Amino acid sequence: MEILVCVKRVPDTSENEIEINSDGSDIERDDLVYSVNEWDNYAVEEAIQIRDNVGGSVTVVTVGDEEDEEVLRREMAMGADNGILISDDAFEGSDGKGIASILKAEIEKGKYDLIMTGAQADAGAGQVGGMLAAMMDLPYASLVNSIDIIDDKKIKAGREVEGGNQEMNEIDLPCVLSIQTGINEPRYVGIRGIRKVASVEIPVHGASDLGIDASSVGENGAKVKRLDYYLPDLGEGAEMLEGSTDEIVEKMIELLKSKGGIK
Amino acid sequence: MAQQIFAYIGHNNGQAEDSALELINAAAKIDSTAAVTAIVVGSGIDAVCDAVAKTYKEVWKIDAAALSNPNAEVTRKILVNVLPADCIILIPHDTFGMDLSPGLSVKLDSTFVADVVDIEGNEGGNLKLSRQEYSGMVSAHMECDISQGAAINIRPGSFAPDESQSAGGTVTDKSGDAGDIAESTRRFLEVLEAEAGDVDITKSDVLVSVGRGIEDEDNLEIIHDLAKAMKADVSCSRPIVDAKWLEKSRQVGTSGQTVKPNVYMAMGISGSFQHMGGIKGSPYIVAVNKNSKAPIFQLADVGVEADILEFVPELTEKVEEL
Repeated sequence: MEILVCVKRVPDTSENEIEINSDGSDIERDDLVYSVNEWDNYAVEEAIQIRDNVGGSVTVVTVGDEEDEEVLRREMAMGADNGILISDDAFEGSDGKGIASILKAEIEKGKYDLIMTGAQADAGAGQVGGMLAAMMDLPYASLVNSIDIIDDKKIKAGREVEGGNQEMNEIDLPCVLSIQTGINEPRYVGIRGIRKVASVEIPVHGASDLGIDASSVGENGAKVKRLDYYLPDLGEGAEMLEGSTDEIVEKMIELLKSKGGIK
Repeated sequence: MAQQIFAYIGHNNGQAEDSALELINAAAKIDSTAAVTAIVVGSGIDAVCDAVAKTYKEVWKIDAAALSNPNAEVTRKILVNVLPADCIILIPHDTFGMDLSPGLSVKLDSTFVADVVDIEGNEGGNLKLSRQEYSGMVSAHMECDISQGAAINIRPGSFAPDESQSAGGTVTDKSGDAGDIAESTRRFLEVLEAEAGDVDITKSDVLVSVGRGIEDEDNLEIIHDLAKAMKADVSCSRPIVDAKWLEKSRQVGTSGQTVKPNVYMAMGISGSFQHMGGIKGSPYIVAVNKNSKAPIFQLADVGVEADILEFVPELTEKVEEL
């Protein structure tokens, strides 16, 4: 089975406090720790496990610049066979549809049975997989938390739906799936693994390689644009307890007693 | 002519979801003069349509036995067949809306916006709205060109419900326009119900809930100890279940359990909307988190900026002494 996984390098929210810069035009990028988007990492792990079971190859692809290459190498250290960096100044500022159309052009250069994305990334839109599938007229399922390969024509995929229930579907290949966290336990990638793939050549594909009209993507083609970042006013917020730990604990116990938390 | 606005009505067990009452108010923020048409797709949905007609002046019903199971692919085809060009359709941002809308926008050749929490206004097809990014840690104002139509996913609970029930609307059967509704490349099989756990956290009065701040499975002991001292049950946020440190039946959130305790102790939980969506009944919320910017501090009643690994054992010790 030939599997393509679309990945993205994002600020790691478990390693950083995300703050807004002084004019609200962006988040504060100084000293940010980046990593592969968590959902994408689960998708790559799933792809590797499928390949190990039924054979084939796993290719990871990202749309970005030379800095984003590191996540491709990380996922190749994890076990992906190939990496592709899609990069062009014309792609900068693309909205979800722009990214999906760029990925479509890349996918049409190859032959893939299964295409995966993470269920969402840093912007939380969860849109690229569904758009890509519709653009390519392929079946799609989002929030996938289990995959069984039935044969080379179809799979059984579980979707996470409300209340912890799972919606089971049979889906024809090729298809596009967006992967939810928790579908597997992504393997650890050590520094040795990263070193092993450090010198592997990663091809870079630009707009002309992919036959993409530059005016249809990037900022010019974007219909959804971010104006600024802000912190919403969600009301009063919590009463913050301050003082020594003993004082805080004492106050909290009083509050918990009065609210029925401690009887 | 103003753009037509539609609201996609989610329903379950013969009842419209709460979002049905919210989408009409979201639509009013796009165009306060628009007559909003509700669309209900399913099988045996007369009761849903009648209920929805109390809120919407016009309700389109697409009813067929083949539509008894959820299938975003089939629903997408139907909507492409029945919707007029350049319209705006509002859809709840739930697991079905997430499945449906990105692809729908491609097929309608319209603009897609996900998970909208507020709408500021529409100036000649230029819609300004708000979303959240980075798991709710920051919000963003967006500008969207909706002049050629749009599929806009609205976060449930973000807009006030219209509870007037005074629309006196009419239901129009559009089933004949739906086109081919057979499942093709994606076929629904079944819904597997979540497994019951050893503890039913939906019945708990006090919950000690743990999130990513616990850092390591071995550290969970401090949470169990606090819960024991407080005679509370242990629940958790999604990353703890993803890591397989606690069973799924203990997960609070839209993709887990909906709980309604009196007191909720959020220990090392950032407070994403998916998590908070599983907490009902306005409990007293205590938050301890080492990140002062965590959204949980906006939502909790009382907060402590501290590392739970240090704070929780101190609290447990004092509670045990009582």
